[in-house]
Amino acid sequence: MGDVTQKIELGTSVAAVPEAPRSPPMATIGPIAWLRANLFSSWLSTAVTLLLLYLVIRWAVGLVDWGIINAVWSVPNNQTQACRELKGTGACWAVITEKHRFILFGTYPYEEQWRPLISILIFIGLFIVSAMRRFWRKELALIWIAALSAIGILMWGGVFGMPYVPQERWGGLVITLILATFGLAFAFPLSILVALGRRSQLPAIKVLCVLYVELIRGVPLISLLFMASVMFPLFLPEGMNIDKLLRAQIAIILFAGAYLAEVVRGGLQALPKGQYEAADALGLSYWQKTGLIVLPQALRLVIPPLVNTFIGFFKDTSLVLIIGIFDLLTAGKTAIIEPAWQGFGVEVYLTVGAIYFVFCFAMSKYSQSLEAELNRHRRR
Amino acid sequence: MSQSTTDPRLLRAPPKRPLRLSWSDERVRGIVWQILVVGVVGAIFWWLWGNTVHNLEVRRIATGFGFLWREAGLPIAESVIPYSPTDTYFRALLVGVLNTLKVSVVGIILATILGTLIGIARLSRNWLLAKLAGVYVEVIRDLPLLLQLLFWYAILQGLPGPRQALNPVGGVYLSNRGLLLPWLDWQPAFTWAAVAFLAGLVGTWLYRRHARAKQMQDGQPRRIWPVGLLLLVGVPVAVWAALGAPWTVDWPVLRGFNFRGGLLISPEYFALLLGLVLYTAGFIAEIVRAGILAVPHGQWEAAQALGLRPRSVLRLIVLPQALRVIVPPMTSQYLNLTKNSSLAVAIGFQDIVSIANTTLNQTGQAIEGIAIIMLVYLTISLSISLFMNWYNARIALVER
Repeated sequence: MGDVTQKIELGTSVAAVPEAPRSPPMATIGPIAWLRANLFSSWLSTAVTLLLLYLVIRWAVGLVDWGIINAVWSVPNNQTQACRELKGTGACWAVITEKHRFILFGTYPYEEQWRPLISILIFIGLFIVSAMRRFWRKELALIWIAALSAIGILMWGGVFGMPYVPQERWGGLVITLILATFGLAFAFPLSILVALGRRSQLPAIKVLCVLYVELIRGVPLISLLFMASVMFPLFLPEGMNIDKLLRAQIAIILFAGAYLAEVVRGGLQALPKGQYEAADALGLSYWQKTGLIVLPQALRLVIPPLVNTFIGFFKDTSLVLIIGIFDLLTAGKTAIIEPAWQGFGVEVYLTVGAIYFVFCFAMSKYSQSLEAELNRHRRR
Repeated sequence: MSQSTTDPRLLRAPPKRPLRLSWSDERVRGIVWQILVVGVVGAIFWWLWGNTVHNLEVRRIATGFGFLWREAGLPIAESVIPYSPTDTYFRALLVGVLNTLKVSVVGIILATILGTLIGIARLSRNWLLAKLAGVYVEVIRDLPLLLQLLFWYAILQGLPGPRQALNPVGGVYLSNRGLLLPWLDWQPAFTWAAVAFLAGLVGTWLYRRHARAKQMQDGQPRRIWPVGLLLLVGVPVAVWAALGAPWTVDWPVLRGFNFRGGLLISPEYFALLLGLVLYTAGFIAEIVRAGILAVPHGQWEAAQALGLRPRSVLRLIVLPQALRVIVPPMTSQYLNLTKNSSLAVAIGFQDIVSIANTTLNQTGQAIEGIAIIMLVYLTISLSISLFMNWYNARIALVER
């Protein structure tokens, strides 16, 4: 054995010409290695990285110039001359400084605006509590009822020394939150009934549910909102009138109900058939089976898609702008109607967009983490 | 084998029980529940219908679709077919439908291309590219579409006038009047070249089928691209050249206060298209990414082990499997884009919703107006669903 190795060694040493000392292998750990692997792995990759870096830096510099360095932050009483002189080279944040109360609260009486502010905080608190898994039990429904009633009292007033504020004066962020949250609170039970109905053995009920879901999902939300604003008054007996916000709310509930029903149906279908059969074998009635066995499992399965659907509704409430309801986006759009502030739409829309983004991004991150958590047992 | 045979008792239909008139009979309960629910829903609709008829009488609102044949008198800024305000409401609504289709079809094509590119970019090995694509998707999906549309429209309106128009590339002008592109002066020779191209498409497809059949017989792969190139490029160019090779480009020129010539894309259409494409591309990117990730890694490795080139791996192994995951959610994105095009009404692009809304304001016939909107969208939605279901059935996994 030793003989053979020696021979090979001899052979190689004879064949090898004296060569330059070899360089050590490339580093595979550390920041430089990371850069090489992730940014400069090939010619193409290097070119892409350099191009993107150039674009990002140029864009970021432009943004900082526009948004911070050249920006005007406030102007004396509606004299927007300073903003106009920028000619687009800088942002006019003065429009936000001037109009932020209007954008957030609409035409709600100025000295009473702490009430919508507290309502907004209650909404946020309600979302946070509902997001925590330790509160996922039946008592959560009571918390929702209590919080929503408190918001109703705060917004309307008329008791506890708070002056009455008619609903026409409400506006801004709180309307967006009301439309989205009440929409969900009523659409969710509706959607469960519809989803159960769609999987029902009873043909008449099944047909009704299928018709409802498919008709609503086939048309845009705008047409439902138009229906609520133009057609709904025709449906009611003479003299009976429902205010515009409530009509839009009903349209949103009907719309959300159809989409949520499809999500819930997905959960019902994903549940193994054995669960239904086991419940039947135990002699449970239909409602016992549904309430005790099926729904607790099926709803847990669909929480992440439910949150995603909810993000969709939160964004879709902005469509009430088209029928003239004063939500956050409408308030933003109205704030720049005044001649002095015309032409500063970009600044207002960026601000309003930031508010929407904070809510949607938080929900989206929450949904992702929840999905990871609920799927942990499936990962190897 | 013995395990798979079913108990013969299970194959028999369950014996029919006579219907007992008792609450404890499941079928009786079912019938009662159904009658109850249908009755309640029917009663609600009956009540609403009665109110509506009464209200229409009281307010003296005409009913029926007779108004469709009256003169509309509503001006429409852009139209695919010739239209003037003296035309009927029917023609005005038809213009609206065509405008909706114009923005939806172009939007679907562009959003698919952009979305696929971004979805692939998110999976890129280049960290910067993947992160930027991720940020794009996250930001665009968390902002309401209506807000984005208003934002783009505000930016387009804030652009300088035609005299100071931005001119990024020669012949392309961007001003507050819209986007101007140079456009070919359409000649009969182009029509013939297009016909030749379509014929070439059919020819290529037939040759491909023929080559496949031959390959099945003798195992020899045949090159398809030379024939395809000849039929799709060579013949149309030859046709065009034979007809005298006409070539006039209609360049937009500034005359006085506005542009003449060229292809004008109005700010409304441009903002709507931009908003819809950017928004939907964010969702399509996620679908494409999920579809590619859904193909197990072993499939890539197995294909490489067989000696396939990277391009062939993607085309022959990964893509067919990814498409099965991608197509169903893609269908609903196409439907969403079409339905979202109704937001045009907010920025003044005259699609079907906008024109039907004006119609119902002018005639007062709200029910008919909204019925038309719903009918149009239901038809479009069903057509897209049917087409995508057909495509989905074509690419679906053929199982035993």
